[in-house]
Amino acid sequence: MATEEIAGHSVEFDTEGFMVDHTLWNEDIAREIAQKEGIGELTERHFDVLKFMRQEFKEKGDGPSIRALKNRGGIPTRELYELFPGGPAKKAARIAGIKKPTGCV
Amino acid sequence: MKKLVILGGGTAGTIMATRLNDALDSGEWHITVVDQFETHYYQPGFLFIPFGIYSRSDVMKPKRDFIPSGVEVIFSPIEVIEPNENRVKLDNGTILNYDWLIIATGAKVVPGETEGLADQGWFKDIFDFYTIEGASALQRHLKFWEGGRLVINISEMPIKCPVAPLEFAFLADWWFTEQGIRDKVEIDFVTPLPGAFTRPRASSVLGDILQKKNVNLTPDFSIARVDNDRKKIIDWEEKEIDYDLLVTIPVNMGDAVIARSGMGDDLNFVPTDKQTLQSLKYENIFVIGDATNLPSSKAGSVAHFESDILFENFLAAVEDRPMRAAFDGHANCYIESGFGKGILIDFNYDTEPLPGKYPLPGIGPFSLLEETKMNHYGKVMFRWMYWHLLLRGVELPIESQMLMAGKRL
Repeated sequence: MATEEIAGHSVEFDTEGFMVDHTLWNEDIAREIAQKEGIGELTERHFDVLKFMRQEFKEKGDGPSIRALKNRGGIPTRELYELFPGGPAKKAARIAGIKKPTGCV
Repeated sequence: MKKLVILGGGTAGTIMATRLNDALDSGEWHITVVDQFETHYYQPGFLFIPFGIYSRSDVMKPKRDFIPSGVEVIFSPIEVIEPNENRVKLDNGTILNYDWLIIATGAKVVPGETEGLADQGWFKDIFDFYTIEGASALQRHLKFWEGGRLVINISEMPIKCPVAPLEFAFLADWWFTEQGIRDKVEIDFVTPLPGAFTRPRASSVLGDILQKKNVNLTPDFSIARVDNDRKKIIDWEEKEIDYDLLVTIPVNMGDAVIARSGMGDDLNFVPTDKQTLQSLKYENIFVIGDATNLPSSKAGSVAHFESDILFENFLAAVEDRPMRAAFDGHANCYIESGFGKGILIDFNYDTEPLPGKYPLPGIGPFSLLEETKMNHYGKVMFRWMYWHLLLRGVELPIESQMLMAGKRL
Protein backbone atom coordinates (compact mmCIF):
# COMPACT_ATOMS: atom_id res chain seq x y z
CA MET A 1 0.00 0.00 0.00
CA ALA A 2 1.16 3.50 -0.76
CA THR A 3 -0.60 6.85 -0.62
CA GLU A 4 0.28 9.39 -3.28
CA GLU A 5 -0.69 12.94 -4.01
CA ILE A 6 -2.36 12.82 -7.44
CA ALA A 7 -4.05 15.80 -9.10
CA GLY A 8 -4.63 17.42 -5.74
CA HIS A 9 -6.08 14.29 -4.12
CA SER A 10 -4.46 11.84 -1.79
CA VAL A 11 -4.98 8.48 -3.48
CA GLU A 12 -4.18 5.03 -2.09
CA PHE A 13 -2.60 2.36 -4.33
CA ASP A 14 -2.08 -1.37 -3.71
CA THR A 15 1.36 -3.00 -4.05
CA GLU A 16 0.89 -3.48 -7.78
CA GLY A 17 -0.12 0.11 -8.41
CA PHE A 18 -3.91 -0.28 -8.69
CA MET A 19 -6.17 2.26 -6.99
CA VAL A 20 -7.74 0.88 -3.81
CA ASP A 21 -10.93 2.96 -4.03
CA HIS A 22 -12.22 3.32 -7.57
CA THR A 23 -14.86 5.89 -6.53
CA LEU A 24 -12.13 8.53 -5.99
CA TRP A 25 -11.21 8.37 -9.68
CA ASN A 26 -11.61 11.34 -11.99
CA GLU A 27 -10.24 12.29 -15.39
CA ASP A 28 -7.45 14.44 -13.95
CA ILE A 29 -6.25 11.54 -11.82
CA ALA A 30 -6.34 9.36 -14.93
CA ARG A 31 -4.22 11.88 -16.85
CA GLU A 32 -1.61 11.94 -14.15
CA ILE A 33 -1.41 8.15 -13.78
CA ALA A 34 -1.13 7.91 -17.57
CA GLN A 35 1.96 10.13 -17.48
CA LYS A 36 3.54 7.83 -14.87
CA GLU A 37 2.68 4.76 -16.93
CA GLY A 38 4.41 6.34 -19.92
CA ILE A 39 1.24 6.64 -21.99
CA GLY A 40 1.45 10.41 -22.39
CA GLU A 41 -1.56 12.62 -23.24
CA LEU A 42 -4.89 10.81 -23.09
CA THR A 43 -7.13 11.18 -26.15
CA GLU A 44 -10.87 10.71 -26.45
CA ARG A 45 -10.22 7.16 -27.65
CA HIS A 46 -8.24 6.40 -24.48
CA PHE A 47 -11.20 7.60 -22.46
CA ASP A 48 -13.56 5.33 -24.45
CA VAL A 49 -11.48 2.39 -23.20
CA LEU A 50 -11.29 3.69 -19.65
CA LYS A 51 -15.02 4.33 -19.46
CA PHE A 52 -15.86 0.86 -20.75
CA MET A 53 -13.47 -0.65 -18.21
CA ARG A 54 -15.03 1.29 -15.33
CA GLN A 55 -18.54 0.38 -16.45
CA GLU A 56 -17.65 -3.33 -16.62
CA PHE A 57 -15.98 -3.13 -13.25
CA LYS A 58 -19.06 -1.55 -11.68
CA GLU A 59 -21.38 -4.15 -13.23
CA LYS A 60 -19.28 -7.27 -12.68
CA GLY A 61 -16.80 -6.42 -9.96
CA ASP A 62 -13.94 -7.25 -12.32
CA GLY A 63 -12.20 -5.42 -15.14
CA PRO A 64 -12.64 -6.71 -18.70
CA SER A 65 -10.13 -8.89 -20.56
CA ILE A 66 -8.61 -7.78 -23.86
CA ARG A 67 -11.07 -10.15 -25.52
CA ALA A 68 -14.03 -8.50 -23.75
CA LEU A 69 -12.77 -5.07 -24.82
CA LYS A 70 -12.78 -6.33 -28.40
CA ASN A 71 -16.08 -8.25 -28.33
CA ARG A 72 -18.21 -5.91 -26.27
CA GLY A 73 -16.27 -2.68 -25.98
CA GLY A 74 -15.74 -2.38 -29.73
CA ILE A 75 -12.01 -1.76 -29.37
CA PRO A 76 -9.89 -3.82 -31.79
CA THR A 77 -6.96 -5.48 -30.04
CA ARG A 78 -4.40 -3.88 -32.35
CA GLU A 79 -5.72 -0.42 -31.48
CA LEU A 80 -5.74 -1.25 -27.79
CA TYR A 81 -2.02 -2.09 -27.94
CA GLU A 82 -1.40 1.17 -29.81
CA LEU A 83 -3.26 3.15 -27.16
CA PHE A 84 -1.69 1.39 -24.18
CA PRO A 85 1.61 -0.16 -25.30
CA GLY A 86 3.25 -2.73 -23.01
CA GLY A 87 0.41 -4.74 -21.44
CA PRO A 88 -2.81 -2.88 -22.19
CA ALA A 89 -5.21 -4.72 -19.83
CA LYS A 90 -3.02 -3.97 -16.81
CA LYS A 91 -2.01 -0.44 -17.75
CA ALA A 92 -5.50 0.64 -18.75
CA ALA A 93 -6.90 -0.83 -15.51
CA ARG A 94 -4.38 1.21 -13.49
CA ILE A 95 -5.32 4.38 -15.35
CA ALA A 96 -9.05 3.56 -15.08
CA GLY A 97 -8.63 3.40 -11.31
CA ILE A 98 -10.01 -0.13 -10.98
CA LYS A 99 -8.56 -3.24 -9.33
CA LYS A 100 -6.29 -5.59 -11.24
CA PRO A 101 -8.51 -7.71 -13.54
CA THR A 102 -8.48 -11.37 -12.49
CA GLY A 103 -7.69 -12.35 -16.06
CA CYS A 104 -4.25 -10.69 -15.65
CA VAL A 105 -1.75 -12.83 -13.83
CA MET B 1 -39.68 -38.91 -11.50
CA LYS B 2 -37.20 -36.08 -11.07
CA LYS B 3 -34.87 -35.56 -13.99
CA LEU B 4 -31.15 -34.83 -13.76
CA VAL B 5 -29.37 -34.16 -17.05
CA ILE B 6 -25.57 -34.09 -17.18
CA LEU B 7 -24.11 -32.45 -20.28
CA GLY B 8 -20.71 -33.95 -21.04
CA GLY B 9 -19.34 -37.41 -20.28
CA GLY B 10 -15.69 -36.45 -19.73
CA THR B 11 -13.84 -36.61 -16.42
CA ALA B 12 -16.22 -34.38 -14.43
CA GLY B 13 -19.47 -35.60 -16.00
CA THR B 14 -18.56 -39.26 -15.59
CA ILE B 15 -17.58 -38.90 -11.92
CA MET B 16 -20.80 -37.02 -11.16
CA ALA B 17 -22.98 -39.57 -13.00
CA THR B 18 -21.36 -42.41 -11.08
CA ARG B 19 -21.52 -40.83 -7.65
CA LEU B 20 -25.04 -39.41 -7.97
CA ASN B 21 -26.35 -42.67 -9.42
CA ASP B 22 -25.17 -44.36 -6.21
CA ALA B 23 -26.60 -41.68 -3.94
CA LEU B 24 -29.97 -40.85 -5.51
CA ASP B 25 -32.97 -43.16 -5.19
CA SER B 26 -33.43 -44.86 -8.56
CA GLY B 27 -37.19 -44.97 -7.99
CA GLU B 28 -37.29 -41.19 -7.81
CA TRP B 29 -34.58 -40.03 -10.15
CA HIS B 30 -33.81 -40.46 -13.82
CA ILE B 31 -30.25 -39.51 -14.78
CA THR B 32 -29.24 -38.82 -18.38
CA VAL B 33 -25.73 -38.13 -19.67
CA VAL B 34 -25.34 -36.46 -23.08
CA ASP B 35 -22.09 -36.41 -25.04
CA GLN B 36 -21.30 -36.06 -28.72
CA PHE B 37 -18.35 -38.47 -28.75
CA GLU B 38 -18.24 -42.14 -27.80
CA THR B 39 -14.55 -42.20 -26.85
CA HIS B 40 -13.18 -41.10 -23.49
CA TYR B 41 -9.67 -39.69 -23.79
CA TYR B 42 -7.17 -39.59 -20.96
CA GLN B 43 -6.10 -36.06 -21.85
CA PRO B 44 -3.01 -35.87 -19.60
CA GLY B 45 -1.61 -38.70 -21.75
CA PHE B 46 -1.61 -36.60 -24.95
CA LEU B 47 1.64 -34.98 -23.77
CA PHE B 48 3.48 -38.30 -24.09
CA ILE B 49 2.26 -39.22 -27.57
CA PRO B 50 4.59 -36.92 -29.59
CA PHE B 51 7.58 -38.62 -27.94
CA GLY B 52 6.27 -42.14 -28.55
CA ILE B 53 5.96 -42.86 -24.80
CA TYR B 54 2.22 -43.51 -25.07
CA SER B 55 0.34 -44.71 -28.11
CA ARG B 56 -3.23 -43.79 -29.00
CA SER B 57 -4.59 -46.95 -27.41
CA ASP B 58 -3.08 -45.97 -24.03
CA VAL B 59 -5.31 -42.91 -23.83
CA MET B 60 -8.62 -44.13 -25.33
CA LYS B 61 -11.49 -46.15 -23.92
CA PRO B 62 -15.22 -46.27 -24.70
CA LYS B 63 -17.19 -43.76 -22.58
CA ARG B 64 -19.93 -46.34 -22.13
CA ASP B 65 -17.59 -48.49 -20.00
CA PHE B 66 -17.50 -45.83 -17.30
CA ILE B 67 -21.12 -44.76 -17.11
CA PRO B 68 -23.12 -46.92 -14.68
CA SER B 69 -25.89 -49.07 -16.14
CA GLY B 70 -28.67 -47.20 -14.30
CA VAL B 71 -27.81 -44.01 -16.19
CA GLU B 72 -29.19 -43.27 -19.66
CA VAL B 73 -26.53 -42.24 -22.17
CA ILE B 74 -27.31 -40.32 -25.35
CA PHE B 75 -24.60 -39.77 -27.93
CA SER B 76 -25.55 -36.63 -29.81
CA PRO B 77 -24.29 -33.07 -30.21
CA ILE B 78 -26.31 -30.54 -28.23
CA GLU B 79 -28.13 -27.93 -30.26
CA VAL B 80 -29.01 -25.53 -27.46
CA ILE B 81 -29.65 -25.26 -23.72
CA GLU B 82 -32.80 -23.31 -22.85
CA PRO B 83 -32.30 -22.58 -19.15
CA ASN B 84 -35.49 -20.53 -18.82
CA GLU B 85 -37.55 -23.45 -20.13
CA ASN B 86 -35.54 -26.07 -18.18
CA ARG B 87 -34.81 -28.03 -21.33
CA VAL B 88 -32.03 -29.06 -23.67
CA LYS B 89 -32.46 -29.61 -27.41
CA LEU B 90 -30.23 -32.18 -29.04
CA ASP B 91 -29.09 -32.30 -32.68
CA ASN B 92 -30.88 -35.61 -33.13
CA GLY B 93 -34.22 -33.90 -32.43
CA THR B 94 -34.64 -35.12 -28.86
CA ILE B 95 -35.87 -32.60 -26.31
CA LEU B 96 -34.73 -33.29 -22.76
CA ASN B 97 -36.65 -31.60 -19.96
CA TYR B 98 -34.84 -31.40 -16.65
CA ASP B 99 -35.36 -30.47 -13.02
CA TRP B 100 -31.63 -30.18 -12.43
CA LEU B 101 -28.80 -29.68 -14.90
CA ILE B 102 -25.07 -30.24 -14.50
CA ILE B 103 -22.92 -28.62 -17.21
CA ALA B 104 -19.64 -30.46 -17.76
CA THR B 105 -19.00 -29.62 -21.39
CA GLY B 106 -15.30 -28.89 -20.91
CA ALA B 107 -12.92 -26.70 -22.88
CA LYS B 108 -11.26 -27.18 -26.23
CA VAL B 109 -8.52 -25.63 -28.33
CA VAL B 110 -9.67 -23.23 -31.05
CA PRO B 111 -6.74 -22.57 -33.43
CA GLY B 112 -9.02 -20.53 -35.72
CA GLU B 113 -9.06 -17.76 -33.09
CA THR B 114 -5.49 -16.74 -34.02
CA GLU B 115 -4.84 -15.29 -37.48
CA GLY B 116 -2.79 -17.64 -39.66
CA LEU B 117 -2.50 -20.41 -37.08
CA ALA B 118 -4.79 -22.97 -38.73
CA ASP B 119 -3.53 -22.09 -42.22
CA GLN B 120 -1.25 -23.80 -44.73
CA GLY B 121 1.33 -24.69 -42.06
CA TRP B 122 -1.19 -26.52 -39.85
CA PHE B 123 0.02 -30.07 -39.23
CA LYS B 124 3.01 -29.41 -41.57
CA ASP B 125 5.26 -27.32 -39.36
CA ILE B 126 2.65 -26.14 -36.85
CA PHE B 127 1.11 -28.63 -34.40
CA ASP B 128 -0.87 -28.72 -31.18
CA PHE B 129 -0.67 -31.55 -28.66
CA TYR B 130 -4.00 -30.90 -26.91
CA THR B 131 -5.93 -33.09 -29.36
CA ILE B 132 -5.36 -36.73 -30.28
CA GLU B 133 -5.03 -35.65 -33.93
CA GLY B 134 -2.42 -32.99 -33.14
CA ALA B 135 -0.41 -35.17 -30.78
CA SER B 136 -0.35 -38.06 -33.29
CA ALA B 137 0.59 -35.82 -36.24
CA LEU B 138 3.39 -34.28 -34.18
CA GLN B 139 4.71 -37.73 -33.28
CA ARG B 140 4.97 -38.61 -36.99
CA HIS B 141 6.65 -35.27 -37.73
CA LEU B 142 9.20 -35.51 -34.90
CA LYS B 143 10.33 -38.95 -36.08
CA PHE B 144 11.78 -37.37 -39.22
CA TRP B 145 12.68 -33.91 -37.93
CA GLU B 146 16.39 -33.19 -38.12
CA GLY B 147 16.50 -30.17 -35.87
CA GLY B 148 16.20 -26.40 -35.98
CA ARG B 149 14.24 -23.89 -33.95
CA LEU B 150 11.43 -25.40 -31.91
CA VAL B 151 9.06 -22.75 -30.58
CA ILE B 152 6.51 -23.68 -27.92
CA ASN B 153 3.88 -20.93 -27.73
CA ILE B 154 0.92 -20.37 -25.40
CA SER B 155 -1.61 -18.20 -27.25
CA GLU B 156 -3.69 -16.87 -24.38
CA MET B 157 -4.56 -17.78 -20.80
CA PRO B 158 -6.44 -19.64 -19.38
CA ILE B 159 -5.47 -23.02 -20.86
CA LYS B 160 -6.17 -26.58 -19.79
CA CYS B 161 -3.37 -27.95 -17.63
CA PRO B 162 -1.20 -24.80 -17.47
CA VAL B 163 1.90 -26.90 -16.72
CA ALA B 164 1.65 -29.09 -19.84
CA PRO B 165 3.53 -26.64 -22.13
CA LEU B 166 6.44 -26.64 -19.65
CA GLU B 167 6.36 -30.42 -19.51
CA PHE B 168 6.50 -30.45 -23.29
CA ALA B 169 9.66 -28.29 -23.17
CA PHE B 170 11.29 -30.54 -20.54
CA LEU B 171 10.42 -33.73 -22.43
CA ALA B 172 11.59 -32.22 -25.73
CA ASP B 173 14.99 -31.50 -24.15
CA TRP B 174 15.18 -35.12 -22.94
CA TRP B 175 13.90 -36.63 -26.20
CA PHE B 176 16.26 -34.71 -28.51
CA THR B 177 19.14 -35.68 -26.19
CA GLU B 178 18.11 -39.34 -26.54
CA GLN B 179 17.96 -38.95 -30.32
CA GLY B 180 21.47 -37.50 -30.28
CA ILE B 181 20.39 -34.22 -31.91
CA ARG B 182 19.97 -31.92 -28.89
CA ASP B 183 22.86 -29.76 -30.18
CA LYS B 184 20.93 -29.22 -33.43
CA VAL B 185 17.75 -28.05 -31.69
CA GLU B 186 17.11 -24.67 -30.16
CA ILE B 187 14.09 -24.68 -27.83
CA ASP B 188 12.14 -21.46 -27.21
CA PHE B 189 9.33 -21.18 -24.68
CA VAL B 190 7.17 -18.19 -25.62
CA THR B 191 4.38 -17.20 -23.24
CA PRO B 192 2.00 -14.30 -22.60
CA LEU B 193 2.73 -14.68 -18.86
CA PRO B 194 5.42 -12.57 -17.16
CA GLY B 195 7.37 -15.76 -16.32
CA ALA B 196 7.41 -19.55 -16.68
CA PHE B 197 4.21 -20.07 -14.67
CA THR B 198 1.26 -18.22 -13.20
CA ARG B 199 2.38 -18.02 -9.56
CA PRO B 200 5.64 -16.41 -8.32
CA ARG B 201 7.44 -19.21 -6.43
CA ALA B 202 6.59 -21.95 -8.90
CA SER B 203 7.43 -19.55 -11.70
CA SER B 204 10.91 -19.00 -10.33
CA VAL B 205 11.60 -22.73 -9.66
CA LEU B 206 10.27 -23.78 -13.08
CA GLY B 207 12.08 -20.89 -14.76
CA ASP B 208 15.36 -22.12 -13.25
CA ILE B 209 14.70 -25.63 -14.57
CA LEU B 210 14.06 -24.24 -18.06
CA GLN B 211 17.38 -22.45 -17.89
CA LYS B 212 19.19 -25.57 -16.65
CA LYS B 213 17.78 -27.46 -19.62
CA ASN B 214 18.89 -24.74 -22.00
CA VAL B 215 15.38 -23.65 -22.98
CA ASN B 216 15.04 -19.93 -23.80
CA LEU B 217 12.14 -18.17 -22.10
CA THR B 218 10.36 -15.28 -23.83
CA PRO B 219 7.72 -13.83 -21.46
CA ASP B 220 5.06 -11.18 -22.14
CA PHE B 221 4.48 -12.29 -25.74
CA SER B 222 0.80 -12.14 -26.78
CA ILE B 223 0.55 -13.68 -30.22
CA ALA B 224 -1.38 -11.68 -32.81
CA ARG B 225 -0.73 -13.75 -35.94
CA VAL B 226 1.38 -16.36 -37.69
CA ASP B 227 3.24 -15.59 -40.91
CA ASN B 228 3.24 -19.04 -42.53
CA ASP B 229 5.53 -18.07 -45.43
CA ARG B 230 8.24 -16.38 -43.39
CA LYS B 231 7.76 -18.86 -40.51
CA LYS B 232 7.34 -16.26 -37.81
CA ILE B 233 4.98 -15.68 -34.94
CA ILE B 234 4.25 -12.00 -34.38
CA ASP B 235 2.80 -10.36 -31.28
CA TRP B 236 0.52 -7.32 -30.96
CA GLU B 237 3.51 -5.02 -30.66
CA GLU B 238 5.08 -6.45 -33.84
CA LYS B 239 7.77 -8.44 -32.03
CA GLU B 240 8.73 -11.38 -34.28
CA ILE B 241 10.01 -14.85 -33.39
CA ASP B 242 11.26 -17.32 -36.04
CA TYR B 243 10.36 -20.98 -35.93
CA ASP B 244 11.15 -24.12 -37.88
CA LEU B 245 8.68 -26.12 -35.84
CA LEU B 246 5.88 -24.40 -33.94
CA VAL B 247 4.16 -26.30 -31.15
CA THR B 248 1.19 -24.14 -30.27
CA ILE B 249 -1.25 -24.15 -27.40
CA PRO B 250 -4.15 -22.47 -29.19
CA VAL B 251 -6.78 -20.35 -27.47
CA ASN B 252 -8.89 -22.54 -25.14
CA MET B 253 -12.63 -21.95 -25.11
CA GLY B 254 -15.71 -23.49 -23.60
CA ASP B 255 -17.97 -25.48 -25.91
CA ALA B 256 -19.76 -23.58 -28.69
CA VAL B 257 -23.13 -24.76 -27.31
CA ILE B 258 -22.56 -22.45 -24.33
CA ALA B 259 -22.29 -19.48 -26.70
CA ARG B 260 -25.32 -20.65 -28.73
CA SER B 261 -27.30 -20.80 -25.49
CA GLY B 262 -26.19 -17.31 -24.42
CA MET B 263 -24.78 -18.71 -21.18
CA GLY B 264 -21.07 -17.95 -21.41
CA ASP B 265 -18.48 -15.22 -20.96
CA ASP B 266 -16.18 -14.02 -23.74
CA LEU B 267 -14.45 -17.41 -23.86
CA ASN B 268 -17.71 -19.42 -23.59
CA PHE B 269 -17.03 -20.34 -19.96
CA VAL B 270 -20.10 -20.41 -17.71
CA PRO B 271 -20.21 -17.86 -14.86
CA THR B 272 -20.15 -20.07 -11.75
CA ASP B 273 -20.08 -19.48 -8.00
CA LYS B 274 -16.43 -20.17 -7.15
CA GLN B 275 -17.34 -21.88 -3.88
CA THR B 276 -20.70 -23.65 -4.34
CA LEU B 277 -20.28 -24.44 -8.09
CA GLN B 278 -23.85 -23.32 -8.74
CA SER B 279 -24.51 -21.29 -11.88
CA LEU B 280 -24.56 -17.59 -10.99
CA LYS B 281 -27.75 -17.15 -12.97
CA TYR B 282 -29.83 -20.32 -12.59
CA GLU B 283 -30.48 -22.03 -9.28
CA ASN B 284 -31.11 -25.46 -10.76
CA ILE B 285 -27.89 -25.52 -12.79
CA PHE B 286 -24.47 -26.54 -11.52
CA VAL B 287 -21.22 -26.29 -13.48
CA ILE B 288 -18.08 -28.39 -13.03
CA GLY B 289 -14.63 -28.86 -14.54
CA ASP B 290 -13.20 -26.93 -17.46
CA ALA B 291 -16.63 -25.52 -18.41
CA THR B 292 -16.65 -23.08 -15.45
CA ASN B 293 -15.17 -19.58 -15.40
CA LEU B 294 -13.54 -20.23 -11.99
CA PRO B 295 -10.11 -18.66 -11.43
CA SER B 296 -8.67 -22.15 -10.77
CA SER B 297 -6.59 -24.33 -13.07
CA LYS B 298 -8.40 -26.24 -15.78
CA ALA B 299 -7.28 -29.76 -14.97
CA GLY B 300 -8.59 -33.24 -14.17
CA SER B 301 -7.42 -32.97 -10.56
CA VAL B 302 -9.49 -29.81 -10.17
CA ALA B 303 -12.58 -31.50 -11.67
CA HIS B 304 -12.02 -34.38 -9.26
CA PHE B 305 -11.73 -32.13 -6.18
CA GLU B 306 -14.76 -30.16 -7.37
CA SER B 307 -16.77 -33.38 -7.65
CA ASP B 308 -16.61 -33.83 -3.84
CA ILE B 309 -17.98 -30.34 -3.35
CA LEU B 310 -20.63 -30.59 -6.05
CA PHE B 311 -21.77 -33.97 -4.76
CA GLU B 312 -22.49 -32.54 -1.30
CA ASN B 313 -24.02 -29.32 -2.56
CA PHE B 314 -26.20 -31.08 -5.13
CA LEU B 315 -27.68 -33.40 -2.49
CA ALA B 316 -28.28 -30.38 -0.25
CA ALA B 317 -29.86 -28.30 -3.02
CA VAL B 318 -32.33 -30.97 -4.17
CA GLU B 319 -33.58 -31.32 -0.58
CA ASP B 320 -33.71 -27.56 -0.15
CA ARG B 321 -31.00 -27.64 2.52
CA PRO B 322 -28.34 -24.87 2.59
CA MET B 323 -25.21 -25.68 0.57
CA ARG B 324 -22.30 -25.87 2.96
CA ALA B 325 -19.46 -27.30 0.89
CA ALA B 326 -17.12 -24.65 -0.50
CA PHE B 327 -14.52 -25.26 -3.19
CA ASP B 328 -11.13 -23.71 -2.39
CA GLY B 329 -9.64 -23.88 -5.90
CA HIS B 330 -7.45 -26.87 -5.00
CA ALA B 331 -5.23 -28.16 -7.83
CA ASN B 332 -2.56 -30.83 -7.77
CA CYS B 333 -0.31 -31.34 -10.78
CA TYR B 334 2.50 -33.73 -11.58
CA ILE B 335 4.98 -32.06 -13.88
CA GLU B 336 7.03 -34.48 -15.93
CA SER B 337 10.52 -32.95 -16.19
CA GLY B 338 12.34 -35.50 -18.35
CA PHE B 339 15.11 -38.06 -17.66
CA GLY B 340 12.76 -40.05 -15.39
CA LYS B 341 12.05 -37.23 -12.98
CA GLY B 342 9.06 -35.14 -12.06
CA ILE B 343 7.93 -32.20 -9.97
CA LEU B 344 4.69 -31.98 -7.99
CA ILE B 345 2.76 -28.83 -7.18
CA ASP B 346 -0.26 -28.44 -4.88
CA PHE B 347 -2.10 -25.13 -4.55
CA ASN B 348 -5.48 -23.36 -4.39
CA TYR B 349 -7.14 -19.98 -5.02
CA ASP B 350 -5.19 -18.26 -2.23
CA THR B 351 -2.06 -20.33 -1.65
CA GLU B 352 0.58 -20.54 -4.35
CA PRO B 353 2.57 -23.77 -4.89
CA LEU B 354 5.00 -24.21 -1.97
CA PRO B 355 7.79 -26.68 -1.25
CA GLY B 356 7.17 -29.59 1.16
CA LYS B 357 5.96 -33.23 1.20
CA TYR B 358 2.71 -34.73 -0.14
CA PRO B 359 0.23 -36.25 0.67
CA LEU B 360 1.61 -37.19 4.10
CA PRO B 361 3.13 -34.14 5.84
CA GLY B 362 6.88 -34.60 6.43
CA ILE B 363 6.85 -38.07 4.82
CA GLY B 364 5.61 -37.82 1.25
CA PRO B 365 6.34 -39.99 -0.65
CA PHE B 366 6.09 -37.10 -3.08
CA SER B 367 8.11 -33.88 -2.87
CA LEU B 368 6.50 -30.56 -3.68
CA LEU B 369 8.17 -28.08 -6.02
CA GLU B 370 11.24 -30.30 -6.31
CA GLU B 371 12.52 -32.64 -9.04
CA THR B 372 12.50 -36.29 -7.89
CA LYS B 373 12.21 -39.77 -9.40
CA MET B 374 9.32 -40.58 -7.03
CA ASN B 375 7.26 -37.71 -8.47
CA HIS B 376 7.75 -39.21 -11.92
CA TYR B 377 6.47 -42.59 -10.69
CA GLY B 378 3.44 -40.76 -9.28
CA LYS B 379 2.66 -39.44 -12.73
CA VAL B 380 3.17 -42.84 -14.36
CA MET B 381 0.93 -44.50 -11.77
CA PHE B 382 -1.72 -41.85 -12.14
CA ARG B 383 -2.96 -43.13 -15.51
CA TRP B 384 -3.90 -46.42 -13.89
CA MET B 385 -5.56 -44.59 -11.00
CA TYR B 386 -7.48 -42.41 -13.45
CA TRP B 387 -9.06 -45.29 -15.36
CA HIS B 388 -9.62 -47.60 -12.39
CA LEU B 389 -10.35 -45.36 -9.40
CA LEU B 390 -10.91 -41.71 -10.23
CA LEU B 391 -13.41 -42.09 -13.09
CA ARG B 392 -15.27 -44.77 -11.15
CA GLY B 393 -15.83 -42.36 -8.27
CA VAL B 394 -13.72 -44.41 -5.83
CA GLU B 395 -12.49 -42.35 -2.86
CA LEU B 396 -8.79 -41.55 -3.23
CA PRO B 397 -6.55 -41.13 -0.18
CA ILE B 398 -6.19 -37.40 -0.84
CA GLU B 399 -8.24 -34.48 0.46
CA SER B 400 -10.36 -32.33 -1.83
CA GLN B 401 -9.46 -29.28 0.29
CA MET B 402 -5.84 -28.16 0.11
CA LEU B 403 -3.90 -28.69 3.36
CA MET B 404 -1.14 -26.44 4.66
CA ALA B 405 0.36 -29.31 6.70
CA GLY B 406 3.58 -30.51 5.07
CA LYS B 407 4.16 -27.24 3.24
CA ARG B 408 7.07 -24.90 3.95
CA LEU B 409 6.41 -21.16 3.76
